[in-house]
Amino acid sequence: MTGVIAPLLLRDLALLAGGRRGNPLLPLLFFLAVAMLFPFAVGPDAPLLARTGGGVIWVAALLAAILPLDRLVAPDLEQGCFDQWALRGIAEELVITIRVLAHWLSFGPPLMLAALPASALLGIGGDTLARVELGLLAGTPGLAAIGVLIAALTAGLRGGAALAGLLLIPLAVPLLIFGAGALATGGASGIALCGAISLVLVAIAPFAGGAAVRAAREG
Amino acid sequence: MQACRLAVTDIACQRGDRLLFRGLSFALTSGDALHVAGPNGIGKSSLLRILAGLLRPLAGEVDQGGEIALLDERPALDPHQPLGKALGFWQRLDGPADNEAARLGLAPLRDVPVRFLSTGQKKRAGFARLLGQGAPIWLLDEPLNGLDRDAVTLIETLIGEHCAGGGICIIASHQPIDLPDARRISLGEYQP
Repeated sequence: MTGVIAPLLLRDLALLAGGRRGNPLLPLLFFLAVAMLFPFAVGPDAPLLARTGGGVIWVAALLAAILPLDRLVAPDLEQGCFDQWALRGIAEELVITIRVLAHWLSFGPPLMLAALPASALLGIGGDTLARVELGLLAGTPGLAAIGVLIAALTAGLRGGAALAGLLLIPLAVPLLIFGAGALATGGASGIALCGAISLVLVAIAPFAGGAAVRAAREG
Repeated sequence: MQACRLAVTDIACQRGDRLLFRGLSFALTSGDALHVAGPNGIGKSSLLRILAGLLRPLAGEVDQGGEIALLDERPALDPHQPLGKALGFWQRLDGPADNEAARLGLAPLRDVPVRFLSTGQKKRAGFARLLGQGAPIWLLDEPLNGLDRDAVTLIETLIGEHCAGGGICIIASHQPIDLPDARRISLGEYQP
C-alpha cells in the first residue's frame, strides 16, 4: 500500500503545487489582492478594518481554496487515470484522500504565511492575528476537503461549475461561523469547534468523493 | 506468466435507454486472442469496460482470473508532463519493467510534453504503459487508430508475443487486424 501512496502524492503535488495544472500562485495572489483592496473599499477607518479584517481573511481563504476546483478531479477522470487506478486495485477513496492532502499542502501553509502581510494591510493586531492563524490551521484542512469533495461531485457533470457554487455555501458555512466567529468572541472554543468540523469534512470527503467518481464512471 | 481466464455468460449491455447487445457469451484461457468487430456505436468499448469491471452489465456474468490492463483512446498520461515523467509515474506504481519505450520508438520523445505528441505517438505511449503493467489480460480498444504501417506491424507482433507467452488479448476494432490465431466475434450479431 505504501508503494502506492508515495507516487500518487508526489504526482498530485507536482500537478497542484508545481504548476502543471494552472498557476499555484493564483490563490495566494487572489488572497493578497482581497486584503489589499478591502481597505480601499470600506475606507481608511482603522478600528472598523481591525474589527472586520479577520472575517475578510477568512472569506478570502475560502475563495482561494476553491479557485483550482475545476482541475482537482475532472482532468484525471477525463484522461482515464481513475480507470487505470481501479484496474490496479487502487481504491478511489485512497486517491481522494491523497488529493485532499496534496490540495491542502498546496494552499494551506502558503495561505497561513500570506495571512501575515494581509493582517498588516488590514491593521490586525497580535492577539487577533494569532487567532486567525490558529483558526486557519484548524479550518483549512476542512476547506481542502470541501474543495476536493465538490470537485469530485461535479466532475462528471456539464455545467458543474454552477452547481459547485451552490454546493459550496452550505458546506462552508459551519467552518466560517466557528472559524471567523472565534475572532469576535475571543475564545478558543470556536477554533476547537472549527477544527472538529474540519475533521468531520476530512473524514467524509474520501467516501463521498470516491462514490462520486464511481458514479461518474458508470454514467 | 501466470495462467489466466476470462469468460462471460449471456451478458447484455444498456447505455442510456438503448440496449446495445445481449446474449453474448465466450470463454478465453491463456494464449487466446479475440477480435471483437463491428461498426461504431455497436458497444465494443462498453463491452471492454464491462470486461474490465468498470461498467456493470445489464444482465449476465463476467468471470475473470488475472490482472487486467486496459488501453483505450485515453492514454492516462498527464498532458503537461514530459513523456518520460508521465510514463515514470505508472512505472512507479507497476514496478520496474523492461525497456519497452525503446522498442516502441519512444526514446527520442522522452522530453516532449504529452500534449505535443501526435495521435499515433500517444497510442504508442499508451502501449508502453500497458506493457509496463505486466498484466496477463489485455483489453485493447481500437489499438490501431492513428498508427502508421510499421507501428501496426509492431503492435500485431506485440499482441502475438503476449498470447504466445500465455496472455489473453481482446481487441475491439472496426479495422482488420492480422492475427492468424485470433477468434472473431461480430458484435452486430448480438444486437436486439
